[in-house]
Parts: sequence; structure tokens; C-alpha cells
Amino acid sequence: MTSEISPSPPPLTDLWRPNRQLNRWIELGVKSVFALFAFVSVATTIGIVLSLIFETFEFSQEVSLWQFLTDTKWTPLFASAQFGIFVLISATVMTSAIAITVALPLGLLSAVYLSEYAPSKLRSFLKPILEILAGVPTVVFGYFALLFVTPLLQKFIPNLQGFNALSAGLVLGVSITPLVASLSEDAIYAVPQSLRDGSYALGATKRETIISVVLPAALSGIVASLILAISRAIGETMIVTLAAGQNPRLGLNPFVPVMTMTAYIVQVSLGDTPAGSLAYKTIFAVGMTLFVITLGLNIFSYWFVRRFREKYE
Amino acid sequence: MTRPVAPPVQEDSIEPANNFEPNISRRYLIDKIFVSLTWLAVAISTAVLAALLIDVLIDGLPRFSWPFIGTDVKDAPCLRLTPPFLVTHPSEFTGAACLKWPFIMDFPSRRPEEAGLLSALIGTVYVMLLIAAIAFPVGVGAGIFLEEFATDNWWTRAIEINISNLAGVPSIIYGLLGLAAFVRFMAPVTGGRSLITGALTLSLLILPVIIVATREALRAVPDSLRQAGFALGATRWQVIWSHVLPVAMPGILTGTILGLSRAIGETAPLITIGALTFISFLPDSLQSPFTVLPIQIYNWVSRPQPAFHVNAAAGIIVLMVVLLFMNATAIFLRNKFQQKIR
Repeated sequence: MTSEISPSPPPLTDLWRPNRQLNRWIELGVKSVFALFAFVSVATTIGIVLSLIFETFEFSQEVSLWQFLTDTKWTPLFASAQFGIFVLISATVMTSAIAITVALPLGLLSAVYLSEYAPSKLRSFLKPILEILAGVPTVVFGYFALLFVTPLLQKFIPNLQGFNALSAGLVLGVSITPLVASLSEDAIYAVPQSLRDGSYALGATKRETIISVVLPAALSGIVASLILAISRAIGETMIVTLAAGQNPRLGLNPFVPVMTMTAYIVQVSLGDTPAGSLAYKTIFAVGMTLFVITLGLNIFSYWFVRRFREKYE
Repeated sequence: MTRPVAPPVQEDSIEPANNFEPNISRRYLIDKIFVSLTWLAVAISTAVLAALLIDVLIDGLPRFSWPFIGTDVKDAPCLRLTPPFLVTHPSEFTGAACLKWPFIMDFPSRRPEEAGLLSALIGTVYVMLLIAAIAFPVGVGAGIFLEEFATDNWWTRAIEINISNLAGVPSIIYGLLGLAAFVRFMAPVTGGRSLITGALTLSLLILPVIIVATREALRAVPDSLRQAGFALGATRWQVIWSHVLPVAMPGILTGTILGLSRAIGETAPLITIGALTFISFLPDSLQSPFTVLPIQIYNWVSRPQPAFHVNAAAGIIVLMVVLLFMNATAIFLRNKFQQKIR
């Protein structure tokens, strides 16, 4: 107990000195800096489009679009240069098609298993494994394709060459499987239970319910994941560069070395190509083609999802 | 419009339709086959991952050996026990004791048994730190702007669509952007094919990942927290800084680390901007040439000699260990800072 009287606390007005002017300036400053940061993403897109268009325009001054689309050889570094982009596109389409043939059944069935059949403990164990698989750097898959899968396949297919589209495509498929599985699983998991219950009530078995009720209801999400996987396969670089080879070749024979669009960009980048040379411009023209293809896929996916999305509450 | 009226049904007149056969046993058989197929798909994916890991371990593990203490030899990097610790190119024999670690602490070489990944490992660490320093503030700032400050107008919607589009652009295209913008256009600042060029290119690549993670983390913070802050008279930024960000931080950090681990596995954009593969020195400034683990691995895989393939497998093990370490850090951070706000 103190006998003295404690000094009265200072009046609140002395402590309460908000510097509203300062706060307002800080607020404005933070907001503008962050708006600038958000603009960086737009600037990235603008930068990509501008740099591709600029160099592609330069390229088109030397090589006509007609030549680019109709030549049957891709020999831009030779004396008798030919610029048939479809030579590279055919290789890209082939490896991507093989990849999707692997990734669609593997990914979709895995997604069905994880979402519909797996006990929740197993699911919480398997999903991280899929995510690890998704996080493996592609150069590792390239090593695997070239030095494990190709020798393995050569035991069964004697005329398979050391570099070939087949093993590149197969491993590429495995590398995009987790993407398909993970995104499709999200879509399937989001289908409301009442739909399944309705189907069971009509006497359908679990498989019939999944195939004719759940999968159609999740269609837009599944297709979106598939298209994302396709554009990942088309743009993937290291697996096809390492395992599919560096031989530009028109045709769809998966047993021989081919050169994809991305592999060509890598091949030129590894050499010492001076800026402004024709080879330097070709990689931007090839990059532009790649960009247009993936952008087209993105737009299609966007349209498809908006058109076919089923909304449940 | 009149509704069709069902004919009156009399109990005794119902006959089972002849064409309906439940065929239960056959349908259940197909069900069983279907389950096995889905299970098989998961098993195949897991088996491939296992095959990949085992293959790499079998090929690469013999390449490693334990670090040992020796004396410094000309042109062999070693870690001295006294300053200046890491000596990369000892020019003269001093006889000082120093720590050596074959392969991990060797520079690339034409002779596979002498080659190592010191420059690649240090390069990866530098690039990672630079990306974190660039992409983290920019990505988090952009996420905060879009989630907390921006009003819903056409401009923010355009930014959103743009970000989701950027996530679908192949990484090699970012390499072409880096080549045109940072290597050529900004050459006086970046010094051409340099450390900072690589870091900037990869930062742009993972920016969408960080922005999306930040926005999701912010969205998960309950609004009541913000309203409490506003009710006390705090400005929007004060509320974000002192209330919202601390709660959202675990999610933001996890997203950032996942983005970073994607960045250090990327090879294609760095090859495109021309990151050199044969670097027998450590980068000493932002403008020096550099190499990173995936590029060194690519270089070794693409050589014909099997001895280099062993090096590649060993390099892959190091890269996977780094990735594993980062993912473990992400999980640790998430668990440590996770606060229950309900």
C-alpha cells in the first residue's frame, strides 16, 4: 500500500498523436510500389511478345513466310539453307503425342484411384509422392530417358537408335503424368457427393457412377489439366534435347533421332551465335511458333472451361 | 401444354420388363477390373519414380568419397582452416593443411575422374539467393496489391488473366526473353551472360508462382482480422503489415520455396541466355559468368564417354539433395509458423 498519491496519468491527448499525413503518404507510396510490382507481370508478357515479334520480323525480311511453311528440310546453318518449320513441328507433335498417350491413361486413372478408391491415409501418402515426381527437374528425366529407358527399349526393339523420339516421348509422358493426375484429382474431388449418391440410388455400381456421372461432371477440369499437360509437353526442352537427338527430320518414325523446336533453340544457344546473325533470328522465329501454339492451346482451354464448366453449390 | 397422364396402374398387371437384366455379377467383375486398372496406374507412376531414383543412386553414389584433410596443391580448390578459408586456385605450395572433398570441391575438367561441380554448386546457391532477393519482394508485393489494394476493374482482371497465361508459357520462351532483354538490350547493366541475367530471367519465370501463392495465403486470412484493425483506426497498409502478413507468411513462404525449387531445376532458359558450361572459377560479382547444377549435369549427360555419365548421376544426386533440403525447409516453416486463426 502506498500512501503517496500516484501522479495522475498524462492526458490522453498528449499520447495520441497520429501522424495522419505521414500515414497517408506511406499508404500511397506502398500502394504505388506494389502496383508497379503487379505491372511487372504485364511487362513480362509485353517483353516476350515484343522481343519475339521484333526478331521474327527481322527473320521474315530474309526468309519468306511461304518458305518457312513449305520447305521440307530444316537446314538453316547450311550453305543451301532451308527453313521448313514443319520438320521441327512434326518432331514436337510426335514426342508430345507419345507423351499424352502415356500421361492421359496413367494420370486420369491415378486421379480416379486417389479421389474415389484410395483410403484417406493412402491418399495423404500418395499425393506428396506425385508432387515429388512433379518437382523432379527435367534434366534428370532426360538422363533417365537417354541412359535407362533407351537401353531398356533396345532389348525389345533392335532397330531403335541411341537417340529416338520413342523413349523421349515415353519419359516426357511420365514427367507430365503428375500434373494430369494432380489437377484432374482436384476436379474429380470437387464433384459433390450428392451426384454419386443419386447414381447409387438408381442402382449403378461404383465404376458406372464414376464413368457416367463423376467424370462427365468433372470434364472441364480434366480437359483443362490435359491441355496444360500438352502445352507443357510441347514446350518441354531437356528431355527431348537429351534423348530425342539433334537431327531435323520430317516424318513420324519414332525409332530414329529427330529434332524438336525446343531442341533446335538449345542447339543454337549452345554454339556461339552472334546477335543479328540469321541463326540468332531463327531461334526467335521458332520461339514465336512455339509461343503461338501454346497460346492457342491456352485460349482453347480457357474457352472450353468457360463453356463446359458445371457449377454446383 | 398438357402433361401426359400416366395410365392407371393396377397392382397385378405389373410384369417385369423382359429387356432389363441387372447382370450384377458381370458388372461387378468389370468394376473389379476397373479398380485394378486405376491401382495399376498409381503403381506404375510410383515404380517409375523408384526406378529413376535407384538408377541414379546406383550410377552416381560410387563417384562420391569422404572429405579429407590434405595439403594444398597447385590449382586444386580446398577449404583452409584459417582465413581466407576457400582457396580456389592456390598458386603456390604452402603446405598448409586444408580440407578437400573430391567431386564436390573440384572444378569441371576434361578428365572425368578429376571433374567436379564446385562452380555449379556455388553458382546454384548464388542464383537461388538472388532470385529470392528479387522475386520474393516483387511477387509478394504484387500479390498484396491484387488481393488487398486493387479494386475489381478491367485493369486488375487483365493482370489476373495475364498471370494465369504466363504460367502456361514454356520456360524456354523466358530464356528467349532473357536473351533479348537482359543479355542484349540491358547489356551495360547486366554484363551480358551473367549471374544477374540468369537470376532476373528465372525470377520472371517463378513470379506467377509466388503471386498466386501469396494471393491464396492472403485469401485464407479471415476478414474479421482486417475489420478489427480498421476499427482501431489503422490504415490499410498498417493492417496488412501488422495483422494480415504475419498470419499469411507460412503460406507465402511455402509458395516461394516451391517456386525457388522449380527455378533451380530449370535448365532450358539458362542455356538459352548462354550460361556457360565450362567455368573453372567462382563468380565474384553480379556480372560474372556462371554455371549451375542442371547445366553442368546436362553437359555431362550429353557427352559420349560413360565416365561423364557417372558424374552426371552424381550431380543429379547433389541436385536432388538440394531440392529435398528446400522442400523440407518449406514443410518445416509451414509447421513452425502455422497459427490457428479461427
